[in-house]
Amino acid sequence: VLIVYSLTSKEDVLFRCTVRQRYISPDTGTGHGGSHGNKDPGYAKNGNGTTYSKKPFPVLSFDYEHVRLPFEISLWVLLASLMKLGFHLIPRVSSIVPESCLLIVVGLLVGGLIKLVGEDPPVLESKIFFFYLLPPIILDAGYFMPIRQFTENLGTILMFAVVGTLWNSFFVGGLLYGVCQLEGHKLAYVDLLSCLLFGSIISAVDPVAVLAVFEEIHINELLHILVFGESLLNDAVTVVLYHLFEEYSSVGLITVTDVFLGIVCFLVVSLGGIVVGAIYGILAAFTSRFTSHTRVIEPLFVFVYSYMAYLSAEVFHLSGIMALIACGAVMRPYVEANISHKSHTTIKYFLKMWSSVSDTLIFIFLGVSTVAGPHQWNWTFVVATLIFCLVARVLGVVGLTFVINKFRIVKLTSKDQFIIAYGGLRGAIAFSLVYLLNPEHFPMRNMFLTAIITVIFFTVFVQGMTIRPLVDLLAVKKKQETKRSINEEIHTQFLDHLLTGIEDICGHYGHHHWKDKLNRFNKKYVKKCLIAGERSKEPQLIAFYHKMEMKQAIELVESGGGSKLPSALPSTVSMQNIQPKKPSQDRALPQLSKAREEEIRKILRTNLQRTRQRLRSYNRHTLIADPYEDGWNEMLIKRKKMKELEKKMNNYLTVPAPPPDSPTIARARLASDPQAWGLKSVTESIPTIKVDLASPQSPESVNVVDEFSKKGSQPKEEEGGLTMKVPSPAKQRKDKTPDEEPQQRLMRCLSDPGPAAEEEDEDEPFLP
Amino acid sequence: MGSFQSLPDDHQYRTLSQKTGFSLEQIAILHNRFKQLSQNEETLWRDDLKTIQDLESNPIRYQIIEAFFDRRNFQKDGVGSVEEIGFEEFLTVMSYFRAPAHRITEEQREEMRRAKLRFLFNMHDTDNDGTITLEEYRHVVEELLSRSGALGRETTKGIADAAMLEVASISVGPMAPDEFYEGITFEHFLKILKGTEIETRMHIRFLNMDTTVLCKQRCV
Repeated sequence: VLIVYSLTSKEDVLFRCTVRQRYISPDTGTGHGGSHGNKDPGYAKNGNGTTYSKKPFPVLSFDYEHVRLPFEISLWVLLASLMKLGFHLIPRVSSIVPESCLLIVVGLLVGGLIKLVGEDPPVLESKIFFFYLLPPIILDAGYFMPIRQFTENLGTILMFAVVGTLWNSFFVGGLLYGVCQLEGHKLAYVDLLSCLLFGSIISAVDPVAVLAVFEEIHINELLHILVFGESLLNDAVTVVLYHLFEEYSSVGLITVTDVFLGIVCFLVVSLGGIVVGAIYGILAAFTSRFTSHTRVIEPLFVFVYSYMAYLSAEVFHLSGIMALIACGAVMRPYVEANISHKSHTTIKYFLKMWSSVSDTLIFIFLGVSTVAGPHQWNWTFVVATLIFCLVARVLGVVGLTFVINKFRIVKLTSKDQFIIAYGGLRGAIAFSLVYLLNPEHFPMRNMFLTAIITVIFFTVFVQGMTIRPLVDLLAVKKKQETKRSINEEIHTQFLDHLLTGIEDICGHYGHHHWKDKLNRFNKKYVKKCLIAGERSKEPQLIAFYHKMEMKQAIELVESGGGSKLPSALPSTVSMQNIQPKKPSQDRALPQLSKAREEEIRKILRTNLQRTRQRLRSYNRHTLIADPYEDGWNEMLIKRKKMKELEKKMNNYLTVPAPPPDSPTIARARLASDPQAWGLKSVTESIPTIKVDLASPQSPESVNVVDEFSKKGSQPKEEEGGLTMKVPSPAKQRKDKTPDEEPQQRLMRCLSDPGPAAEEEDEDEPFLP
Repeated sequence: MGSFQSLPDDHQYRTLSQKTGFSLEQIAILHNRFKQLSQNEETLWRDDLKTIQDLESNPIRYQIIEAFFDRRNFQKDGVGSVEEIGFEEFLTVMSYFRAPAHRITEEQREEMRRAKLRFLFNMHDTDNDGTITLEEYRHVVEELLSRSGALGRETTKGIADAAMLEVASISVGPMAPDEFYEGITFEHFLKILKGTEIETRMHIRFLNMDTTVLCKQRCV
């Protein structure tokens, strides 16, 4: 790394290394000594393209220059990643000090080393920052943003973002101007507009820093979304204020028209950014509808469309951050319904990886730039800045909360206010914005730079390090780690509809009414357009349920096929426990959902393949009518649905689904593979079970079942599924009225050990 | 119960306000709405509520309408359902959807949570036996998915079953194969929905200003 900086600069090098050619080590000098394009006599030694004298053919040459750029970039990325790796290997440090602090320290060290060597360390160039380092982080945040909480708290977030930032800027800027004037000769050249500009730059809460710190403290969702949402939405305000003050600082004064135009500009910037983002989001969703044949490039569409949204917004000087957020949030529900499971995982991991690397690089460069950047230390200015920033933040939060609480149902307590105020971290965006300032127009740029770096260091180090113990001390509510249960999902939906209904009865169109209208519009028109196939009609509850089942299936398969049951449903209660004994209902048994079938199928597929032939011969038995079922039609629909679901499964698993296994074959396999028995068995729609019990394997399987139940690991669910409904033998067993009773007996037989039970078991299914 | 003259009667409003916790303005507005729905009569019938157009697209509209006529929600320890309700009952049912006040004690919050969850429970437990059986729960899920057609029918059973199993596992824990889980009792229901902070989610904003004028065109 050190040697790298001994090279002379190229014209458009990304890292602005204004390197003076002071240090050229003798060994490396031959390949690249001298400036670009210069042909030293030493250069001719290599004989690249020179014709003055014949030299022996160069077997091995050293030509660093032409790989220099990508090499340097890779080296930095590698350094960043190794650092990240290193921190987590040191246990004590990473629990006390947040990662961002450590990375800045590393940056400082690296910068110091480079300076020691005698070269100028690279500075965090604004272009690189805004075009390459920032977008992955924002996209990651926007794509995975919890929309529900965001929209519920949108009013509060906007208040903090817009009004809070404005207040901060003017307070800090104005007071600093006052201080500068008071100070006298050293600072008198700082005019009001420059101060206001500085105020606007420094008052914006930085999303990168907030994410970096808040991610580690696992604070409750409300506070997280408030601070984080604020940091994202204040970008529009910052952009407008920055441009406004920068434009007019040379002129020296701002009129009322300019202020008015500024307000209009703000609306244009923010809404325009959102519109641009939404357009690209819809395009991405639409494209993903057709990707069923080219699954490998699905993630690419997501990334490229989002990046284009960001760049397009930047073309018009709109808020790129808001465009990116809007794009990610708009496209997500539709894209996720269309893409395969693997693509979904890919997107998630790529985003996390890029944002992590970006994040690391940003902090390291902050450290390096601190060492590098031209500094002008002025005690008064810096200290004043720091104090005013903190005071402004506290006052702003308290004042705004007072107003906001009048409109909120869940009021913000003083603990919440403290965390919000304390979490207002500044970061690299402020630094880059100052760096962009033209030194000719702003002679005090270096002083600003120093002040900003000090504030950033203070917030990241002091506030970042102490926020975790403070959160514990104040006993702020932490994030609940509970998995979303199906009951909660059902009741969330139920509540939504209930509240909408009550609002309609009350007669006023509130929050829920419009949300419901939006949902219905979405379902009716938008989903049909943007989601491929029949998934467009899938209601949310079912989608959630399938996702949950899928997760469980995958967990099961990963854990070795049943030896360790998934934690979602502890294997303590099975279907028979909730099935009522009295035949009060004429409904049939608990039925296995298709997704369960698929689970079993997949597991069995991995175990045994050969008995598939036997399957087909049983298909002709599958259409026996079950008088206890709701009828023929349902069965046919089920068969069709199964096939459809198989096709759907191909989306998730690239292994083609085999034709359905008959349940007894399944049990036979389970018998031979005890590990797989942890599961429930298969479905209701193939009542061939009884036929197969005649096979010699069945007694074994029953035994195995008994053994397993003796061991106490009850099947997770649907043991009722095992109870082979006896369809036509209903005629022979008119005396036994309900279908439940024999099921119950069967179930109990299967779980209780004992020869008597076995015989009974074997007995019944022999009925044809 | 209690006949209200068309002019707002302060004394009666005040008693209602104390009972239900609404402010006087809110009661006046809701009274206007009540009169609008009941076509200026003293009592409200089910059909009156069914005329609300916006409710047509709501999958659980029948349960909602039933809840208004369910005696268990009138806080008078009655059971069964009635055919018509007066303004007081209407208001009582509406009061379940009030938001918690800013400074209430933990006990009051808990009480409010119980009351709201009891309301939800009553909506599910249609035969009033104190438990939500598998059948009733299936019905709930079916109603929720009633718009999805035959596509969802098999899965609704699966969903309801899975949900019931979850409740059983969480509430009762390990069960022997012989044991039978009757249904979700109110205590289990509380346990299941403990984490959802019902008291802050189950509320609507009641207006303090009269907007019934705006609704006249749309609602009827």
